[in-house]
Amino acid sequence: MKRISLELGGGGKTMRDFIAGLIVPAFKNPILSGLLDAGHLPSGFAFTTDGYVVDPIFFPGGDIGKLAINGTVNDLVVSGAVPLYLSLGLILEEGLEWTALERIIRSLKTAAERARVRIVTGDTKVVKQGQADKIFIHTSGIGRIVATPSPGLIGPGDAIILTGTLGEHSVAILTARGDFGLESRVKSDCAPLNFLIPFWKSGVLWMRDITRGGLATILSELAEQIPYSILVDEDRIPMSNPVRAATELLGIDPLYLACEGRAVLVVPERKARAVLSRIKKDPLGRKAALIGRIEQRIGRPGELLLRTSAGGLRRLEPLTSELLPRIC
Amino acid sequence: MAAANEFRRKKVIDALIAAIRKKKKALPSPCRVMEVCGTHTMTIHKYGLQPMLSEAGIDMVSGPGCPVCITPGEVHEAAIRLVTERENVILATFGDMTRIPTRRGSLQSIAPARGSEVRIVYSPDETLELARRHEDKEIVFFGVGFETTIPSIALTARSAGKEKLPNFSILSALWVIPPPLRAILESGEVRISGFLYPGHVSAIIGQEPYEFIAREFGYPGVIAGFEPGDILLGILSLLDQIREKKPIVANEYRRVVRPEGNPVARKIMEEILEPKDACWRGLGVIPRSGLRLRTGFAAYDAELKHDLRIDARESDLPGCRCGAVLRGLLSPPQCPLFGKKCTPESPHGPCMVSFEGACFVHHKYGGPRS
Repeated sequence: MKRISLELGGGGKTMRDFIAGLIVPAFKNPILSGLLDAGHLPSGFAFTTDGYVVDPIFFPGGDIGKLAINGTVNDLVVSGAVPLYLSLGLILEEGLEWTALERIIRSLKTAAERARVRIVTGDTKVVKQGQADKIFIHTSGIGRIVATPSPGLIGPGDAIILTGTLGEHSVAILTARGDFGLESRVKSDCAPLNFLIPFWKSGVLWMRDITRGGLATILSELAEQIPYSILVDEDRIPMSNPVRAATELLGIDPLYLACEGRAVLVVPERKARAVLSRIKKDPLGRKAALIGRIEQRIGRPGELLLRTSAGGLRRLEPLTSELLPRIC
Repeated sequence: MAAANEFRRKKVIDALIAAIRKKKKALPSPCRVMEVCGTHTMTIHKYGLQPMLSEAGIDMVSGPGCPVCITPGEVHEAAIRLVTERENVILATFGDMTRIPTRRGSLQSIAPARGSEVRIVYSPDETLELARRHEDKEIVFFGVGFETTIPSIALTARSAGKEKLPNFSILSALWVIPPPLRAILESGEVRISGFLYPGHVSAIIGQEPYEFIAREFGYPGVIAGFEPGDILLGILSLLDQIREKKPIVANEYRRVVRPEGNPVARKIMEEILEPKDACWRGLGVIPRSGLRLRTGFAAYDAELKHDLRIDARESDLPGCRCGAVLRGLLSPPQCPLFGKKCTPESPHGPCMVSFEGACFVHHKYGGPRS
């Protein structure tokens, strides 16, 4: 009997096949078929939704509340919308400590203020002990559309810009869980990406926040949509030393790790430098880097390629197995 | 870490490739190197070395160095029978093992009997903890590995003995590396110019067990580490041996591998385990190539304890060419199923499951399609 595996929720190929095979055909409509992080409604608004099941609920650099605001806010930002209003759905496990809930509510409030969104509606359910794990949160968000991502305009030479270091959120969760007996001082990069909104007006063609599946999966999905290949230079990908060391030790590829406050942008060649230097002026973009280009002469159309630190060239495939369940 | 990074810098790699190209040019015959170890296969492809080597005139061919892959279907099927036919069994094993497809499905896809389940563990110690915590269940550790992991698996039997754990046993898929190399050479099927020997296995067994390859068969070989630079240095050593017509067992991984290996780890293995003739996927029965628990530890041998009859007939799934891949006869992309009916999400054979499997590595880290 076919059953649901953790892999389905991993953000990789299995999840994409599930969405394309079961979800899109069932609810077929032009808004959903766009498969953006937020659906663009005819009224000039964008609408998105996201569930949060992170384990543990408190981790270095954040908690499930902060994550539930920023994750939904970021989906709106990268879809070309200014985030405005959010809903808040709480699923609580009987027996959850009251103080933990209070702490999460405070965190939701702070994060909403920072991201300049208002929580305008909500719902609370409680389930018996063991039927959920402490707290699950669901938020939906509405934003005002300021731009339409246009992968169709991407051309050879266009620059791939990454807004910061990779992998902090995943390594923070991993070490907070005590998995593999590893300790680190790495803090989650969980943050709202509102600072990227003005860049839609500077000619940015496409944006995605780097969540489940990581940089490699997100860029290979982009590569499949365009008639060119994408070449990423491994040596240019910013990464902190603790993340580098932890992933090396565990044999995990950082190119597949989820972040919660990083995005990847495609910018026309002639505007790339100016955009990069302005991104770097924001505290959240200090480590931003130009990590690759759209290529016409290397590889086949639709391929994502990596120039390795050793100087070799290979394909980067989308994530195919579940790396870290309940990362967000 | 700093030292390791030196071994993957472009400048270093370029210089090594240039040296390999020059030395290869001076040789008359083609050069095919078998990397015995799956981790070597991974480095070669992950860092994109394959196209660089091929352009320099070196063909790489993967060997039987993935323990999950060479464990034959009937052993996986025995594990499946155990957990589907017996109640209250916890079958504990490493993640890769649960996804190996067999005629009966995989450990992940089957429905266990009442009270039974399959548990993924990350270290052998966890299986003992399971036995302590679940006194009402029978814990079977489906342990797989080469010399690198065998000592830690063997130690669980000793600990279980000391603690007198009545509900613990090991279903062993434990393999030693030198005998299949002899089998490959004796079959004469594969054209090889020399071997890259596995670094971690050699850290345990040392240099001596490979000597017969140089002495009896006249093939050069080198123990190599796992950084891109390590592998290229190893190939340089092979080219020197070929040019000088002096095949030896060279050691280019001296920062980790001592000539005598690790006698302490070997003593543990010898105390607890003994060699047996064993069937390898693709290679058939090879004398003294597997290990089983010695008589003193027979109480912890799952095969005896649970009366598992492992039927040594070939049991590959129809169409699966993993056997030929493991013998070095077929490069993964040459398999008709590769990337079509057989992918990492829905593997048709073990070489597409394991992170060290040749098919998985070729699929995940392939070069640009020309």
